[in-house]
Amino acid sequence: MTEVTYLTDAFTIDQVKEKITSEFSSDEVKILDKNKPRRIYCTADKDSILKLCTFLKDALNFEHCSCVSGVDRIDCFQVVYHITSYANRITIEIVVDLPHDNPEVDSITPLWGGANWHEREAYDMFGIIFKNHPKLARILLDEDVQFFPMRKDFKSGGL
Amino acid sequence: MAKMWINMGPQHPMTHGLWNLRIEVDGETVTNSEPVIGYLHRGWEKMVEDRTYPQIIPMADRLCYGSSYTWSHVYCLAVEDLMELEVPERAKYIRVIADELQRIASHLMWLAAIGPDLGNLTIFLYAMRERELFMDLFQSLCGARMTYNYTRIGGVRNDTTPEWERDLVRTLDFFEKRMVEYEDLVDRNVVFRMRMEGLAPLSAADAINLGVTGPSLRGSGVDFDVRQDDPYEVYENLDWHPCVQPDCDVYARYRVRMDEMRMSVQIIRDALKKMPKGPVRVKPPRYAPEGTGMARMEDPRGESLMYVIGDGTEKPFRLKVRSPFFVTLSAAPVMVNGCKVADVPSIMGMIDVCMGETDR
Amino acid sequence: MTSIDLWGGMDALTNWLMDDVLGALFNWLGLHGLADFLMSDTLGTVIMLLLIGIFVFIVGFLVDITMIWQERKMLGRLMDRRGTMVGPLGYFQNIADGLKTFLKETIIPENADEGVFNLVPVLYIGTSVLLLGTLPLSTQWYMSNSELGVLLTFAIFCIAPFVILLGGWASNNKYTLIGGMRAAAQIISYEIPLFLAVVSVIILTGSMNYGDIVAWQQANVWLGIPLIIGFIVFFIGIIAEAERVPFDLPEAEAELVEGWGTEYGGFRFGLMMLTDYFRGYAGCAVVVLLFLGGWDGPGFIPEEIWFLLKAFIVFAVMIWVRGALPRVRTDQILSIGWKRLLPLAAINVFIAIALKALGVF
Repeated sequence: MTEVTYLTDAFTIDQVKEKITSEFSSDEVKILDKNKPRRIYCTADKDSILKLCTFLKDALNFEHCSCVSGVDRIDCFQVVYHITSYANRITIEIVVDLPHDNPEVDSITPLWGGANWHEREAYDMFGIIFKNHPKLARILLDEDVQFFPMRKDFKSGGL
Repeated sequence: MAKMWINMGPQHPMTHGLWNLRIEVDGETVTNSEPVIGYLHRGWEKMVEDRTYPQIIPMADRLCYGSSYTWSHVYCLAVEDLMELEVPERAKYIRVIADELQRIASHLMWLAAIGPDLGNLTIFLYAMRERELFMDLFQSLCGARMTYNYTRIGGVRNDTTPEWERDLVRTLDFFEKRMVEYEDLVDRNVVFRMRMEGLAPLSAADAINLGVTGPSLRGSGVDFDVRQDDPYEVYENLDWHPCVQPDCDVYARYRVRMDEMRMSVQIIRDALKKMPKGPVRVKPPRYAPEGTGMARMEDPRGESLMYVIGDGTEKPFRLKVRSPFFVTLSAAPVMVNGCKVADVPSIMGMIDVCMGETDR
Repeated sequence: MTSIDLWGGMDALTNWLMDDVLGALFNWLGLHGLADFLMSDTLGTVIMLLLIGIFVFIVGFLVDITMIWQERKMLGRLMDRRGTMVGPLGYFQNIADGLKTFLKETIIPENADEGVFNLVPVLYIGTSVLLLGTLPLSTQWYMSNSELGVLLTFAIFCIAPFVILLGGWASNNKYTLIGGMRAAAQIISYEIPLFLAVVSVIILTGSMNYGDIVAWQQANVWLGIPLIIGFIVFFIGIIAEAERVPFDLPEAEAELVEGWGTEYGGFRFGLMMLTDYFRGYAGCAVVVLLFLGGWDGPGFIPEEIWFLLKAFIVFAVMIWVRGALPRVRTDQILSIGWKRLLPLAAINVFIAIALKALGVF
């Protein structure tokens, strides 16, 4: 069996938390005290998400974007990022709140190509605009659909 | 010939589902491509918001016809993470066994599908013949052959019987002998090798950046397996290792899946040995607490993830599905561009298409 | 050795039909002029040739549907399934399928070039059936016994790829266009090694007449033994010529749906399927004639039976190949043809010349 090594040093959960808190102020990124093995939970400000993600990728070996989910919290929108590090074996969950009337956030597709279709799906379902996305178009629904079906004010009619 | 765009799909023998790969060809060479999906979109994530937590289990089964068990499993894991529920030890082992059985069955269906993709029907019938054995095992375990509805939040529906375990061991012995037959037919066949080796290179850096997971990632030489790196259930207690191939081509992806079938057999044997006695189910609370739960696991196609938000009622506030093939498909242009038209089915077949989970 | 005297038999049948039945009938009716016309030698010859043609076609057709049955049944067994099941040993499945295609609607695509589109099945089926006329089954069962029989066979064989290209173009569909182009690319890769293998046979036997070639093999040795390299090259080439797996690129169903035949539906599809097996049979027959001694065999069985038996065995090998191999790619068939088969065929020609020059045969 050929083992392929492509990674450098690994960090523990505490090291990662410490580096994030030293790099960012508590207004920008706040780490929640919810402790589970191999998980970090945090919230981030919508303007600093791109900076946080760049830091995670370049300095902390987070090389895989698992998932980008949109959530409609009725009073606001949320974008939830699950970002995984193969080397550290940690998954970090970042929750970003967006105002309901202007859901705009920086795209992380330039960092991780894997986020491309997730962000398109979030746009498709919630109408969240990802700035600097290479192709922000409908993906699961037709091009001419006028509504965003996963919003809570869109009633499914008892599917 | 001038360049032209061809729609390979939505009704096309290559697609194995309902999607469309638009390719621009210059003679026989693909110069540009764009996957188009959404033909099977059912609004799954919206539908489940109107259903209670136990009602969603059979719906999660229907996310993928090829590996339905793993989807209800990852759903239950996510809800257990939300409810902070501890599953009995025996149930964990049974889940692992069922998971690996499902992985073998799913990989067999993939093996069946690559035969017609490459122009040979024999391997199709051979693989389907053995898949039947695993379908029969599931049938005698839980009564269903395709959509099992077997996991429950807090365990599994019913315990295994000694007869079933005996049948399982016999099937595995038989299956290992048949694996040699497949390798004789494919690995030792010069035309199969000619069609697969060196095709559709996907470097490790590209694979990681594009979010490709599962056998396609391990075929690019990256040693990442959710079962190892983020172990769930009891995988850390079992004797196994991820299967990695360094060659980055279609043949490496093929080899990874073949090795994984062998590895699954090993895991099941080990799990059967280590499985303790005890209850298989705990009663879950009816109302989930407010908060979020996230679980991910190694689906036969890659990393599957479910993110569930509870709001204190009996229905989930939001349930997000991360489908492995959804992400792998977004990397299709990287693999397809530059190859020949004849290679498109084998490249796409080799990453194991399942549109039910992709379009949801 | 026994063989069925086709020409003699047909002559007798024509004489009986024209003179003893029709001629006598019209004489009895008093229409002596008409009776004389019917009993004339000219009309008798025309009728005899027609009857020979019909008999050759009927035998070829029966062999053809038997080969389809053989392929479906044997391929089924290779794949661990049962194969066709209608009738005794599933033999009537082909007839049921053939009748089904009769009932289908003929669809012509709106933007297709209608004239060429309709002409292509006629040409494809016509040229393929014409192959039957060039192939003798025994010393006495033949339709044409031309001095240039081998050349005639291959001249007719080579029309089909051109027709396929026409059909792919006329259908006005991107898949059919690529399929047609593939047929054109394929023909330049296998034809030259194929002909070089035939050349080696002609060098040794000194004739292009099938009867002479088989007679030479009966006198000396089956050519597949000294020219084993040429035999293999020829067999691979003839699989490509008959467009069977692994060289069925023009109709690759995985990526091109049905390739050049995508737009041909219904009865045309049925006839083209049938025609593919006519070509398969013709290919097997040429292999048997050139390399496996033709109708040579112990005399207690008629020569025609020996011939057909060998053809079915060669076809069984083709089925086996189909069961084991996937399809090769367009660039790969070009590299196989030019880098592997062509040098081998050239070596084979040298071997043939050496054998001739050294006086071994």
